[in-house]
Amino acid sequence: MRRLLFLIRKEFQELRRNPRMFPVIFIAPVVQLAILGYAATTDVKNVPLVVVDADRSPVSRDLVGRFEGSPYFTVVHVTSDDGDVLRDIETRRAWMALSIPPGYGDAIRNARPVTVQVIADGSDANSAGLGLGYASSLLAEAAADISMARRPAGAPSIGSISARIRVWFNPQLLSQHFMVPGVLALLLMVITTVLGSMAVVREKELGTLEQLNVTPLKRWELTVGKLLPFGLIGIIDVLLVVALAVFWFQIPFRGSFPLLFALSLVYLLCTLGLGLFVSTVSDNQQQAMMTAVFFFMMPMIYLSGFIFPIENMPAIIQPITYLIPLRYYLVIVRGIFLKGVGLESFWREALLMLVWGLSVLMLATMRSKKTLG
Amino acid sequence: MRKALAVGRKELAQILRDRRTLLILLFVPAFFLVLYGYALNFDIRHVRLAVMDREHNADSRELLSSFTNSTYFDIVATPTSMDEIERMMNEGAVRAALVIPEGMSRDLRSGRTAYVQVIINGDNSNTASTVFGYAQAIVRGVSAQLQIRMAAGRAVAPPISVEPRIWYNPELQSTLFLVPGLIGFIVMISAVVSTSLSIVREKERGTWEQVRMAPISTVSYVVGKTIPYFFISMLSAFLIIGAAMLLFGLPVRGSWLLLCCLVALYVVSALGTGLLVSTLVDSQALAFLIGLLISLLPTFILSGFIFPIASMPAPIQVITYIVPARYFLAALRGVVLKGVGLGIVAPQIAALGLYSLIVLGLASVRLAKERG
Repeated sequence: MRRLLFLIRKEFQELRRNPRMFPVIFIAPVVQLAILGYAATTDVKNVPLVVVDADRSPVSRDLVGRFEGSPYFTVVHVTSDDGDVLRDIETRRAWMALSIPPGYGDAIRNARPVTVQVIADGSDANSAGLGLGYASSLLAEAAADISMARRPAGAPSIGSISARIRVWFNPQLLSQHFMVPGVLALLLMVITTVLGSMAVVREKELGTLEQLNVTPLKRWELTVGKLLPFGLIGIIDVLLVVALAVFWFQIPFRGSFPLLFALSLVYLLCTLGLGLFVSTVSDNQQQAMMTAVFFFMMPMIYLSGFIFPIENMPAIIQPITYLIPLRYYLVIVRGIFLKGVGLESFWREALLMLVWGLSVLMLATMRSKKTLG
Repeated sequence: MRKALAVGRKELAQILRDRRTLLILLFVPAFFLVLYGYALNFDIRHVRLAVMDREHNADSRELLSSFTNSTYFDIVATPTSMDEIERMMNEGAVRAALVIPEGMSRDLRSGRTAYVQVIINGDNSNTASTVFGYAQAIVRGVSAQLQIRMAAGRAVAPPISVEPRIWYNPELQSTLFLVPGLIGFIVMISAVVSTSLSIVREKERGTWEQVRMAPISTVSYVVGKTIPYFFISMLSAFLIIGAAMLLFGLPVRGSWLLLCCLVALYVVSALGTGLLVSTLVDSQALAFLIGLLISLLPTFILSGFIFPIASMPAPIQVITYIVPARYFLAALRGVVLKGVGLGIVAPQIAALGLYSLIVLGLASVRLAKERG
């Protein structure tokens, strides 16, 4: 035990000798969460729209006004030249175009059917699909208003159908409520895995691992001693980012904080253990960095359900996602934050995460025997 | 220049000795492009919908068929009570529910607003907001259709009809949208990873003193350090692009020469970013951390890869101007999907060039100071 304490003190001293580390470890996650939490929104609004109004009549201007008044569109440019559409969409100044043909106003006044064209830039598939939907419904409403205006005075009034949409678990449908817990989990992973992965390999690279070798330190003592200081940093980061999420972003916190804290510790066990494992299989810090980034962090971003729904992935890929601890932690964080559920609903995830963390730590400890031997 | 090449040769020898690093840098990016390009799917189609139709008439059937004809929704259940809907939503059997109240047509015909209820599972806000938008658009469209018919007293052609056209990606496949983003992401990460440790490593290992004493100008040293990684990154970038063309049908509609210049500039800007990080810190761990923090999530979230920049709050939009991937993605999508020429992507090319000059310049200044 005394040996362990010595090792821990040594690790803290090394951290202290590197004072530039602290702002990065503690301030960077807060700043990043603050920026990325706002940026990560897939809401489609303010779609930049170019309007080709070849008619230039009060009737066509009324139609353009509907688009200008809609929160979904921002009219960037009204022109009468068709060629502008191509240029605006190629430069991505506009994502969509509305083209009103000449004679539009006449057709409406004389009750002849008329067709307008809507063009969407399909290179952004998601925004294009939604933008087309919004544009069609705006045009349909314009058409309905015109039909109603044509009826003789005194005809019985006609109502409308409106959708009352309720979104469960996230009533205001704020992307932030979904994304902030996810970004929080990712940032914790990045910081702790990086610290863990450099821990042992650095001594290897500098040749000081030999010195640790000849001390009577036991393998598990080396693991614990190396990871404890980073674990402490991780805990402080957990508190910082959770506080930011709750007090700054006002993400509803419906569940139990002690539970979140306890399970975050299990998550830190996974990410730090993973870092240590990477450290033991690498010969130098550059290898450790590449292994960590390519084989662990990128899959975690893409395959954890952070953004891309796992249900949408092909059946062959889905089993791979069970190997990713972030997948479990995301379910837990989002569950505790947004749904206020407890262990009864995600005990499986919690258990698997614990098993994952312990296994990777064991693996790392076993590997370190080989490298120390 | 000869001296720069000498530094480059030394760096290359070092890379070649570390086989694992070289293999990871060359082939792993292409492998991951294939994996992710195949795995990721943003298409919101066939959302499982539960329908409780209490009206059961021609109007409500028209509403239902609009939902199914859109292909965005599949009616998979017809529950008979709200409790049942709640149970299905909680179990995940359905992702959305539509409730048509009794008296919808009566309200419509007597000039009132009839409300239909749509319930969406919001636990993934990304898909939920898309589903929300489609549901909203469909209901409004049907409402307008019914109004037109009632106003005319019979089925008529609507006064305005829409002719939708989708350019460049008519089936709206999300793959064609995601793959360029993945290319930008993977190239950025591998370039930053490869250079961010390069200089600080010499400091940590103690070989820095030799570099300091060497009779070579700082600029030659920086150029020499970057050259081998430049070629490795270019090779890996074109492996990725080749894989994307072969496996995901990514078209290259614009000029190859322009594409090469664009990728080269982007690689330089990414390598420069890594190099700058390497000159700013004094331990590899810190370089790794900073390199990742400035490249991993910003390239993912602030570049327009997935999240539309136009929808971000204005101050955040300003921040995206310092993310090189933002320019690269806009230009890459333009060149490969739209086939645009230099005239269109010139601003992006200029921005990438300026960014590269700034980061490489800052890195040289820092280095010159360190060598003192």
